Amino acid sequence: MTDLAHIRNFSIVAHIDHGKSTLADRLIQETGTVKERDMQAQLLDSMDIERERGITIKANTVRIDYTADNGETYVLNLIDTPGHVDFAYEVSRSMRAVEGSLLVVDSSQGVEAQTLANVYHAMEADHEIVPVLNKIDLPASDCDRVAEQIEDVIGIDASGAIQVSAKTGQGIHETLEAIVHELPAPTGTRDAPLKAMLVDSWYDSYLGVIVLVRIMDGVLKKGERIKMLSNGSVHHVDRIGVFRPEMQVIDELGPGEIGFLTASIKQVRDTRVGDTITHEKKGTTDALPGFKPAQPVVFCGLFPVDSAEFEDLRDAIEKLALNDASFSYEMETSAALGFGFRCGFLGLLHLEVIRDRIEREYDIELITTAPSVVYHIYMRDGTMTELHNPADMPDLTHVDHLEEPRIKATILVPDEYLGDVLKLCQDRRGLQMDLTYAGSRAMAVYDLPLNEVVFDFYDRLKSVTKGYASFDYQMTGYREDNLVKMSVLVNDEPVDALSMMVHRDRAEARGRAMVEKLKDLIPRHMFKIPIQAAIGGKVIARETLSAMRKDVTAKCYGGDATRKRKLLDKQKKGKKKMRQFGKVDIPQEAFISALKMDS
Amino acid sequence: MAEDWKNGGFGLYVHWPFCQAKCPYCDFNSHVAREIDETVWIRAYLSEIERVAGETPDRLLNSIFFGGGTPSLMHPDTVAAVIEAARLHWTFANDIEITLEANPGSAEAGRFLGYRDAGVNRVSMGFQAMNDADLKRLGRIHSVNDALSAFDVARSCFDRVSFDLIYARQDQTLQAWESELEKALNLSVDHLSLYQLTVEDGTAFGDRYAAGKLRGLPDDDRAADMYLLTQDICDSYDMPAYEISNHARLGTESRHNLIYWKYGDYAGIGPGAHGRLTLNGKRFATECPKLPAAWIERTSAGNGESVRTQVSPSEQSEEYIMMGLRLAEGLDIDRYTQLSGKPLPNDKLIYLQDLGMVSLSGATMKATRKGQPVLNAIIRELLAD
Repeated sequence: MTDLAHIRNFSIVAHIDHGKSTLADRLIQETGTVKERDMQAQLLDSMDIERERGITIKANTVRIDYTADNGETYVLNLIDTPGHVDFAYEVSRSMRAVEGSLLVVDSSQGVEAQTLANVYHAMEADHEIVPVLNKIDLPASDCDRVAEQIEDVIGIDASGAIQVSAKTGQGIHETLEAIVHELPAPTGTRDAPLKAMLVDSWYDSYLGVIVLVRIMDGVLKKGERIKMLSNGSVHHVDRIGVFRPEMQVIDELGPGEIGFLTASIKQVRDTRVGDTITHEKKGTTDALPGFKPAQPVVFCGLFPVDSAEFEDLRDAIEKLALNDASFSYEMETSAALGFGFRCGFLGLLHLEVIRDRIEREYDIELITTAPSVVYHIYMRDGTMTELHNPADMPDLTHVDHLEEPRIKATILVPDEYLGDVLKLCQDRRGLQMDLTYAGSRAMAVYDLPLNEVVFDFYDRLKSVTKGYASFDYQMTGYREDNLVKMSVLVNDEPVDALSMMVHRDRAEARGRAMVEKLKDLIPRHMFKIPIQAAIGGKVIARETLSAMRKDVTAKCYGGDATRKRKLLDKQKKGKKKMRQFGKVDIPQEAFISALKMDS
Repeated sequence: MAEDWKNGGFGLYVHWPFCQAKCPYCDFNSHVAREIDETVWIRAYLSEIERVAGETPDRLLNSIFFGGGTPSLMHPDTVAAVIEAARLHWTFANDIEITLEANPGSAEAGRFLGYRDAGVNRVSMGFQAMNDADLKRLGRIHSVNDALSAFDVARSCFDRVSFDLIYARQDQTLQAWESELEKALNLSVDHLSLYQLTVEDGTAFGDRYAAGKLRGLPDDDRAADMYLLTQDICDSYDMPAYEISNHARLGTESRHNLIYWKYGDYAGIGPGAHGRLTLNGKRFATECPKLPAAWIERTSAGNGESVRTQVSPSEQSEEYIMMGLRLAEGLDIDRYTQLSGKPLPNDKLIYLQDLGMVSLSGATMKATRKGQPVLNAIIRELLAD
């Protein structure tokens, strides 16, 4: 066990691509924690999806032994936090587990929206913050300008910012020294009852659930019985250790230390991020502040393309849910899509990650229905229910009013694209809250309905700003608005998977765009097909797909019988990829493409 | 119970794989060769006839069809030898039809008399278009005048003459097709095959189409209009369609092709030829190798077939639907049921009837005039799971 004075716990706050993972790799390498031959790029991002997308989804940690210039050896614990808004709660817990942060900013780019959101988490946790200007090897690097921007936008002193090139290794030593001398040591009492924060947890097929903990007070030892304060569940600790970054078993963890425990826990669901862990007997009753159970924000339906794969999908979803307490699911039946699951996610990235993992790791092709936010429906009798699926919208005669979730969105953008960004926010029913400039970049803060953001806001933002805008948001609460359910009827039958909640003022435009898209996406049939968008019984947009006129083989003789039969078999398989609705076959891509709006 | 093939009869298809030049739209098995030793080919055809006849003894032969390629490049003696061999091994029906596909050029016309003497009683000529500019675009080496002269010779030699036209061509208007078709109908022809141009993969047209360079083709709506116009005009000339693309005066339908559409048995010999043979109560699909040299080599080893697979009862029932619904007279629902072992789903029949796609009368189902241009969709609907 290390005495408190020789422990430093820190995280790294950075925007995607600003070099967080490379810097972490360098720190690990410089201190000899990982031998040269074992180095692989981005040690801490272990999932394929994390490496590919350059994002961190699970909190990772590494314990580094560093002998400083003063001759003393320190234990440095780095927690690599998720960087995305979907995981804001997880980020806030990780921040509470450490005392300081390195604020890493790309000196050729400057501060981005995501940096802001995370640095605020660090400030809320009372962190000492050390600014690091990275990528100084790049020709476009401009340390003075970026330091000034950090002072303007974030409001911290950046005069002593360390200039680093994680690529060449320049400034790495200075960074390690700054961690030792500028960040505070943790506090805690060894003799007090055990109080540890559950920082994160994940499933390992050999060890069961691995729990990442930060000890606040007391000592945790192997063989002890521990209790989760949120639900009182008791577990027997069978292993304690630290990450270097591979697992290393040790005897005990004392105050200020960060490590892991295993206790034959079967499901990640039983371990809640932010929970307080103590001893079963003589433990503390005083929970750490800020704990809250995961709350899904975005919902969508996941259906197997091949309905025969439903059981495989169930299996995949159950397995993923074991390792992800924030992911919820329940079975859903859709007239159009058959059996599937209504799933809840922390946000759009979370949704995409889960969907990608099902398709990739379990090899199941999916149909994803329109993402929907959670609406609050206030009934005439005074009760409130949550609406997760537009198809479940109750009869309007019983509804008093609806509320929808709003967000505070922060967008940083070079000023030449500002006009387009403001128009986009306006079109999405945004209310401007703030507009400021830092150098040639503008920062727009908008109050926006979440449902206008979940479809394709980020794609549109990237396209109107040629990728130069950065965007982040946080949930702010619910507000009443004039929301209606728009249904889509194909050949006079409602297609539940295409219904959506829209603002009344936007309904006509949405409906028109939707029926026009569907007209192109649905193949011609032997009869003409009306495609309508409707609110209640009122049709607000209509297109007609005319009947197929010609589909016949001109020449068909003796040699063609076999060929035609094989072609028919192929077409039968193709038809399986369509969803039959009444007498109309709708190709699966229609369900996704129809929801992407071009404006 | 009689074997199913007897509903369609029995024919012999003989494939001659050579052409003087390959046409850009054609995906048939054809090859351009400089020198052809016809004695080798006679030997090969004869040994194949002997082999197949050995498996199908005592059958009445309803038809022989020389297809290609360009069979009118064959020497009349070769044709005569094949017909003689067939006569030796099978019993000819009294009204046996013996057709030869002919290119409408002057050289071919010179052989027509020889073909007649060999036993050919019907020619089918590849006119394709009735104007020289379009003939060039289709890669044809004959002119309209060549074709008309060849037609006159054919008329004088054979009781029955048919020719083919391709329409729905590049930049072809409805009016242009109408006048072209009427020109054709005004010749004393008793049978016409009128095909909409189909761009096939693996042809020169297919490549040009894929590269976006085959312009001016009609869209589906205009192609459908052209099809319906064709039906109206032909009806008014007493040349109704008895099959999707084939028109004839009553009684002069191609008996050979009716064997395919009525799902009879046919022996296929020659490179790339397909057959359907019922042997010991089981139906087989046969196939010969496409390359002429490969086929010749096989025949000298005693068997020109490279593939013989059994066609299961349910596959037979599918083939029967795909072929039979092409006929104006329709198909026999009971025959389908006997083949497949289960009836066509009644709800689908009623559905298609309500849409006006098929008409049902007793056990007969026909595609209606509205249904004919979308026959593939009807078949998909009927046969989908």
